[in-house]
Amino acid sequence: MHPKIREDSDVASGLWYPRNVEEDLKILVVEPDQAKVREIIDALNNSGWHDVTVIGSTEALERHLARRDPDMILIDLANPDRDTLEHMSLLSNAHARPVAMFVDHSDAAMTQAAISAGVSAYVVNGLQMDRIKPVIETAIARFQLIKKMQSELSAAKQALSDRKTIDRAKGLLMVARNIPEDEAYNLLRKTAMGQGRKVSDVAAALVTASDLLQ
Amino acid sequence: MKVTQVRCGYLPLVDCAPLIIAKELTFAAQEGLDLDLHKQPSWSALRDMLAFGQVDFGHMLSPMPVAMSLGLGSAAFRVDALMILSVNGTVIGVSQDLNAKMRALGWDNSFEHPQTTSQTVFRASTDVVRIGVPFPFSMHRMLVETWLQNCPSFSHSRIKIVTVPPPQMAQAVKSGLIDMFCVGEPWGSVAVQQADATLILPGSQIWQFVPEKVLGVRHIWAEQNKDICHALVRAIYKAAHWLDQPENTQLAVEILAKSQHLDLATDMIEPALTRWIVTGSGQTAKQVDRFMNFHNGAANFPWRSQAMWIANKIVSWHDLDLTASHEIARKCFRSDIYRSALTPIGADLPSASEKIEGAMSVPTAVASTMGEMILGPDRFFNGAVFDFGEDVQLKI
Repeated sequence: MHPKIREDSDVASGLWYPRNVEEDLKILVVEPDQAKVREIIDALNNSGWHDVTVIGSTEALERHLARRDPDMILIDLANPDRDTLEHMSLLSNAHARPVAMFVDHSDAAMTQAAISAGVSAYVVNGLQMDRIKPVIETAIARFQLIKKMQSELSAAKQALSDRKTIDRAKGLLMVARNIPEDEAYNLLRKTAMGQGRKVSDVAAALVTASDLLQ
Repeated sequence: MKVTQVRCGYLPLVDCAPLIIAKELTFAAQEGLDLDLHKQPSWSALRDMLAFGQVDFGHMLSPMPVAMSLGLGSAAFRVDALMILSVNGTVIGVSQDLNAKMRALGWDNSFEHPQTTSQTVFRASTDVVRIGVPFPFSMHRMLVETWLQNCPSFSHSRIKIVTVPPPQMAQAVKSGLIDMFCVGEPWGSVAVQQADATLILPGSQIWQFVPEKVLGVRHIWAEQNKDICHALVRAIYKAAHWLDQPENTQLAVEILAKSQHLDLATDMIEPALTRWIVTGSGQTAKQVDRFMNFHNGAANFPWRSQAMWIANKIVSWHDLDLTASHEIARKCFRSDIYRSALTPIGADLPSASEKIEGAMSVPTAVASTMGEMILGPDRFFNGAVFDFGEDVQLKI
């Protein structure tokens, strides 16, 4: 086993968690988004895994693999750094370091759940499935939650930006045609319906055209 | 006609052009297919999507189906290559620093002469040369190693191969993480523009006819869905033919830039398709013959001997049995499916399904199903010839 070396930078960023239980799995999470990182660590901690290390990119991965010797690596399915991780896993000694593995091929339901949640796991060869499974299930549940929160957040942002565009378009129409606000909005809506487009799309086209003409 | 939806994963590189053209110019629709293209963030993600049935087909690095069929890497499912999507199209480049050191030795960048170039690389580098490639099982890595290992100054301790996602290649060179890279377009041109990198060789200078990307499919799925496989092979064959007509090049650039699939600017797509490559900032563009080919010279034919050449390299990395690996590799390049897809439409096909790799230094007439067709050149820079027909021996 490799000696555990605590890194000052890890402690300072609050991302270093001491190992409490002898049988605790050593989990390495590769995730650049700090908010996501907190969510994942909380979920793992709450379920009893405390030896969790987080790195933002695979630049530091080689060092972490050598020093911490993780039993398992969790990484977003869509993380472009996965190819780098893949390469390192191939290079590493199968008994000492994590070997690239998706989730257990025999468990189709969990595989599908992991893919749709967007999580991939790399696990040390020979690690028993009963030890891996609960960790992955926890990760899947949390990834799903994060995904849902993010899509709601981006929907909210989109709605806000649509409203701003529509407001600008209304303003342009009010000045150009000397009409009140409700009439300007009705005009946008009528045009959108006539063209089978969204009000926000018509508004965006108007704003762009007006910017070009200035 | 009944329309069948097929899902195909791809990475946003210029060489996924046959898929985009097959969709946008309705070659797929004419075959009764609704081709649904799914952009992927990494080769690992694409492989997982294919292995676990989230997509039916994949735009893959040619060594990926062979490596997967040999049981290597994660998600080692048996995957077949139905056809070659593109030949050549990669570039090798160096950092500003290494370029300066090479120039100081009197080296002049001709974008040719692999042997002089590799000697200069090793003379100019006192440290280990760190080389970025997109994936461990990539033709990029195979070409770089084939090239450098031939140099008298080579030893394994003098190079280090690292995997860097193509969109991050320019930044990795710029920040000094790597000294050299081999990458597919547009990312070589991007490294020139954004990181002051210098392109020193096109991949075609190492091997003139490199099977670069393939159409991958799960073996079992292909056996159960032969008709869909045939239809997609025909659609892509027609798209690739369209792409290789010089009069279509500008239109192809426009379509690729405007389609929602690539998200690349016109001037990033142009170099590879027009074959005019700018090797360094301030340099005039050089025209490179056969820089990226989609169709001509039976480019789409999945030669079983190409798969065996790929197996040679993989065996050297992973200590596998060569004979058994060759057998698995040749079976996963499905020239049989390719033939049954294209014979009904009267396509001219080579009579053989294996060739001696590296034997043609000039375009050469060979026997075909319609009489004769022109293949090659397919020479290796060092004249190596791989004849897998006679007990798999290497002749130099």
